[in-house]
Order: sequence, then structure tokens, then C-alpha cells
Amino acid sequence: MPLVFAGVCSHAPGITGRSERADPKLREPFYAAFSSMGEALRASRPDALLIVAAEHFANFFMNNMPAYAVGMADSYDGPIEDPAWLGIPRRVVRGTPDLSRRLITEIQKSVDVTYAEEWRLDHGIMVPLHFLDPQNSLPLIPVNINCQGPPLTPLNRVWAFGEALRRAADKVPQRIALVGTGGISHWPATPDSGMINEAWDREFLNRWARQDVDAMLAYSDEEIYRDAGQGGFEIRTFIAAAAAARGTGEVHFYAPIPIFAVGCTVATLEIR
Amino acid sequence: MSLYQLSKLLFLINRDEELQGRFKSDPKTAITVFHLTEEERRAVLEPDIGLLYVLGVNGQILMHFAAFSGIEWADYLQRMRDGIKRYGPVRAGVYAMLSDPNERVAGV
Repeated sequence: MPLVFAGVCSHAPGITGRSERADPKLREPFYAAFSSMGEALRASRPDALLIVAAEHFANFFMNNMPAYAVGMADSYDGPIEDPAWLGIPRRVVRGTPDLSRRLITEIQKSVDVTYAEEWRLDHGIMVPLHFLDPQNSLPLIPVNINCQGPPLTPLNRVWAFGEALRRAADKVPQRIALVGTGGISHWPATPDSGMINEAWDREFLNRWARQDVDAMLAYSDEEIYRDAGQGGFEIRTFIAAAAAARGTGEVHFYAPIPIFAVGCTVATLEIR
Repeated sequence: MSLYQLSKLLFLINRDEELQGRFKSDPKTAITVFHLTEEERRAVLEPDIGLLYVLGVNGQILMHFAAFSGIEWADYLQRMRDGIKRYGPVRAGVYAMLSDPNERVAGV
């Protein structure tokens, strides 16, 4: 059946790992918006949660780097990082391998997707799960778009991948909630951590929220790297979510929080 | 220069508990299968986070390795700044530093 929920959110490790260093006046409304998104997601009564993420070398490396990957495992565990550093305890998340297999089979009709029966979760999925499914109640389908090891898949192909996710979700009887997670502009994991191009973020979110496909896909990787940093490559996850949902977006929270290293974002999409 | 080998070693340490155990108990032996230059070997064993950064290790791999090594966030950022001062600009990859080495972008 059609998706029952679609949205996007940030996933930077500082969101949980450096929580106490953030200004509470920024942190608390962000956490509240993140948790509200989780409530709306769970209220949609999904049978599974599909997270389109941009992992950071938890599973995939330049020896054999897939542009697109979908998990098909019985279970997933994370975080791979030191739980104390991330501020999120280890958990084992149920998989739903039969559903994954059906989705992958459908996606493959238009996109050559890698499937993986082993998959470990890093902050890219653990931070969203921490807020969206705090009770660890939903089966997970992790999905990855390579946003780390160039050359990266072009944005028009990302759009086609999002369309394929939607087509696949429509073909199965299960109720699927889809969440894209990435940064907009940011320069993470370096001394530049905390740089955020707010004007660029707001322009991207505007294009994204009004479903302006041509404008969303108009960025080159050279422009993204220059204006939005290496972290900006992760707009791919937002674009895939927009393609899957087809409807316009609503930004519930956006604010640069430098100690979290990203313009913190919570947004949902209308499903059409 | 064997940045790929260096990066792969750190990628594996970051995610493989068995290798983490061997690396902690006998680091020199644990890394022998990787073809590293003497400079890279020293950077991993010390660990010299600043040098690893300058050599071009992807920031996401380096951030996780620093956390594994028990290095606190502000200290991690400072070690990279110190590395730039000591060894010069980042030599490869997409994680070059844009800010001034004396700047504290996020206040830490």
C-alpha cells in the first residue's frame, strides 16, 4: 500500500553526544520537534520503518562501494561507535527480511540496488531511531545512498531511486513509514565542524518543500562542496524522500546549532 | 603514500570488535597486514590524530577512530588544528580545513 508516513531529519552525532553543551533554548525545541515527528510516525501505525540514510563507513567502503543499498537482515545492531561518545546505548533492531526482499525485487526493476544481509548501524540511523522509535518497537529497513566516497551517484539518479522506493512500497501490503536523514550544509568531523551555510540551507529546504524537482536537482557536486561542504552531499537522502512521497513538505524545525555541527532539521512530507 | 590502506585499517578498527581487541592488546602486530608507510604506521600507533587528518583520512573515519581512542571532542578538534600547524594543509580527500587554525568555529 502507499507509504503511511514520510519525513526527513538530521542525524549528526553531536545531537545526542554533545547534548549538554548546546544552548537549551535551541536544543529543547529541536528535541521536541524530533520527538513529535516520532509520535506522528508511530501514529501512522507502520509495519516497518524504512530509513534512507547516508552512512559513514559503518558497512560500505571504497573496496566495493554501492551507490544504493538496502538491508535484508534478520536484525541490525548499533551504534558501531562508542555508546558513551554518541550518548546512545547499544540496541539490536529487528529486521524484516521477507519484506526487504520484496522491496528489493521491485526496486531492481529500475535501479541496480545492492542488498545486504549484514548491516551495522552508525549514528546516521541511531540518532533518528533514538528520537523516532525510542522504545525500539518497529522493524527496520535500512537504506543507504553513498554520500561519503566520491564519485557519488548523480542527483537525477537519486530521484529515480526515490521513485523506485515508492513504487516498491506501493506493491506490498505492509504499511511503511519512510524517513530520509542527512545534513544540509555542514562541514562535519573537522575543525570546521559548526560551520553552517544557513542561507543555502533555507534555499534548499524551500526547493524541497515546494517539490520543485528541477531546482532540487540543479546542484552540481562542485557547487555543493563549495557552498555546503562535504556534508552537503547528504541532500541526496532528502531528495530521495521527496521523490518517494511526491507531496509538498512542511518544515517543523530548522535552526543552525553549531555544537551539533549542522542546521538541525525536522520536516514531513505529504504523501500523494 | 598508501591512504587507501591507512583508511581501510581505520575503517575496520572502527567497526570490528575482534580487531579492536587485537589492536588494543598488541597494536603493532594487529596492523602488520596493512601496507603502510612508516609515517602512516606511526600516526596510527601513537595515535597522531593531526597527522592522520593531514594525510587525508576521511573525517568520518577519523572521528570514529578518535572516539574509539578515547579522545574527547574538543581535544579531537584541537589535535587536528595542531596537525595543520605542524604538518601543513590536508594533502588529500574532501575534508580540507577552511577555518583558521586559531579559530573555534563552534566555540570548542
